[in-house]
Amino acid sequence: MLAFIILRLLQATLVMTVVGFVAFSLFRYVGDPVSNMLGQEATLADRAAARQSLGLDQPFPVQFARFVGQTVRGEFGVSYRQARKVSTLLAERLPATLELAMVSAIFAVAAGIALGVFTALHRTGWASRFIMTASLIGVSLPTFLIGIGLIYLFAVELRWLPSYGRGDVVKLSWWSTGFLTPSGRKSLILPAITLGLFQMTLIMRLVRAEMLEVLRTDYIKFARARGLSNRAINLGHALKNTLVPVITITGLQLGAIIAFAIITETVFQWPGVGLLFIDAVQFVDIPVMSTYLLLVALVFVFINLAVDLLYYAVDPRLRVDTSRVSH
Amino acid sequence: MPDTAPAPRIIQRPSLRQRLARAWDGDIAYSFRRSPSVVVSAIVLALFVVLALLAPWLAPQNPFDPATLNLMDGKTRPLAPNAFTGNRFLLGTDDQGRDVLSVILYGSRLSLLVGFSSVVLSLLIGVSLGLVAGYGGGALDSVIMRTADVQLTFPSILVALMIFGIIRGFLPPQAHEQAAIPVLIVAIALSAWPQYARTVRGVTMVERNKEYVQAARIIGLHPIQIMLRHVLPNVIGPVLVIATLGLALAIIAEATLSFLGVGVPPTKPSLGTLIRIGQEYIASGEWWILFYPALSLLVLSLSVNLLGDWLRDALNPKLR
Repeated sequence: MLAFIILRLLQATLVMTVVGFVAFSLFRYVGDPVSNMLGQEATLADRAAARQSLGLDQPFPVQFARFVGQTVRGEFGVSYRQARKVSTLLAERLPATLELAMVSAIFAVAAGIALGVFTALHRTGWASRFIMTASLIGVSLPTFLIGIGLIYLFAVELRWLPSYGRGDVVKLSWWSTGFLTPSGRKSLILPAITLGLFQMTLIMRLVRAEMLEVLRTDYIKFARARGLSNRAINLGHALKNTLVPVITITGLQLGAIIAFAIITETVFQWPGVGLLFIDAVQFVDIPVMSTYLLLVALVFVFINLAVDLLYYAVDPRLRVDTSRVSH
Repeated sequence: MPDTAPAPRIIQRPSLRQRLARAWDGDIAYSFRRSPSVVVSAIVLALFVVLALLAPWLAPQNPFDPATLNLMDGKTRPLAPNAFTGNRFLLGTDDQGRDVLSVILYGSRLSLLVGFSSVVLSLLIGVSLGLVAGYGGGALDSVIMRTADVQLTFPSILVALMIFGIIRGFLPPQAHEQAAIPVLIVAIALSAWPQYARTVRGVTMVERNKEYVQAARIIGLHPIQIMLRHVLPNVIGPVLVIATLGLALAIIAEATLSFLGVGVPPTKPSLGTLIRIGQEYIASGEWWILFYPALSLLVLSLSVNLLGDWLRDALNPKLR
């Protein structure tokens, strides 16, 4: 167990080092950082001074070490386009994206598991058939079309929900939250559904397939023979044993939610880090781009690690066999 | 061939017509004919390709040429005459007076161009790296496959966005507009290669130890020759399936990037660009700017997807 965790931590560190190297090379070699920061009119003396203050005159390993040190301390440089610290920009934008990602992940997991169990138990009912067909169409639609479709239906035609933005937000020190105001909560609904829909269908289909498999096994028949209630069998015995693959997929999809937030944030003009990143790509704002890369990599590495550890919590077999089975 | 043919002719290659007839009776063609949705998808895709190729002759207007556009024609309803100019448009016009039908024709041309080119490019990169990794093995194999692993951790749209931004960073600003489409193709291709490399590597490692490869090695063929002439034909089946599904993904990736405003330049609208413009006008009632391009994109990606699914099942002997 301990050896496994240490191995995973080492792998995670390796991935972060590689990504950090890419981020550093981006900053150092894409375009000229000095002219990007000073503009066209800077004198040669200004340039030399900037070069020295950025440490660009030093050898490569020193520069990289310096970059890593700054990154760990949370200093990501200054945005070329907005001339503000990237760390400040991120602190402004991150709460919006994290709240959106959290709500859509909860939606995806809750609705996905509920619908998956439902369609597995009522396999031949018309409602399950409808849900399965709809999910197939949902998977093949591009995310942005789903978002626009929802806007058209619920914001333009029915006028129930706002079509863009976060609504009113409340500041809790540096964290701005939309959970505490009615308009903030209303604004969350459409983007969260758009972002979580793909993951929801994925989880639903997975839960359904796993449930169908488990419901056929002998121990379920035995549980029925013992006279347990349907509820105890379906949720306590069947669903519990479908959870290992569900956790894997859900965990990996959480990272995808953060990345796909770029598209949803553009559709709904949601002021999060995704919108910031799109802006950075358009105007080749390297510090913002490389910071975003680091951030997403960190999220992915963290989630992968958490998923691996969760296996131990869910599957007792792994805990017993660790001495003999190598991973 | 007539049955009067002398005996040695049996080992001759059958004529093209015979081979076509045999293919028509074969398993793949049979499963193709049997499924109406696949036949319809094939026809739809063929129609899109033909329309896209003939766009300059079919489209009422060249939407990439600002000189032919009239701002007064802007936001004309489908089939209704424009309030100022009296011009009629089958599918209406967008905010700048571009005929929606023409943009769809030219836009699908762009989508298919970007889709096909990026699939071909990522095929070239992925298949050659996969062959080298699987046949050569060793340190080169680990470097290639670890790179693929790290890249596969991230969603491909994110990788494509990142590569798009990086390549733009190397180009001078004045070249951004011109180079946008090649950059887009390279970005989408580089985001998709690990899929091909993984599959090819896996199959190559199996094929490498078979007797025909050993025989080729013994008669002294160069490794490159063995890889291209002997191993490649045997790994191409699964690659074709990924390539078809990859085409749908590439088309959607192009539309998504253009929708995000980082893909094709605004002067050369693709389906994604038009959807982006259309979204601004759904609240004010100009639904056609959004609706028709979205419908075309849907039909196009759905038919490619269905073809890919069918090909995957048809080429899989376990499912027959």
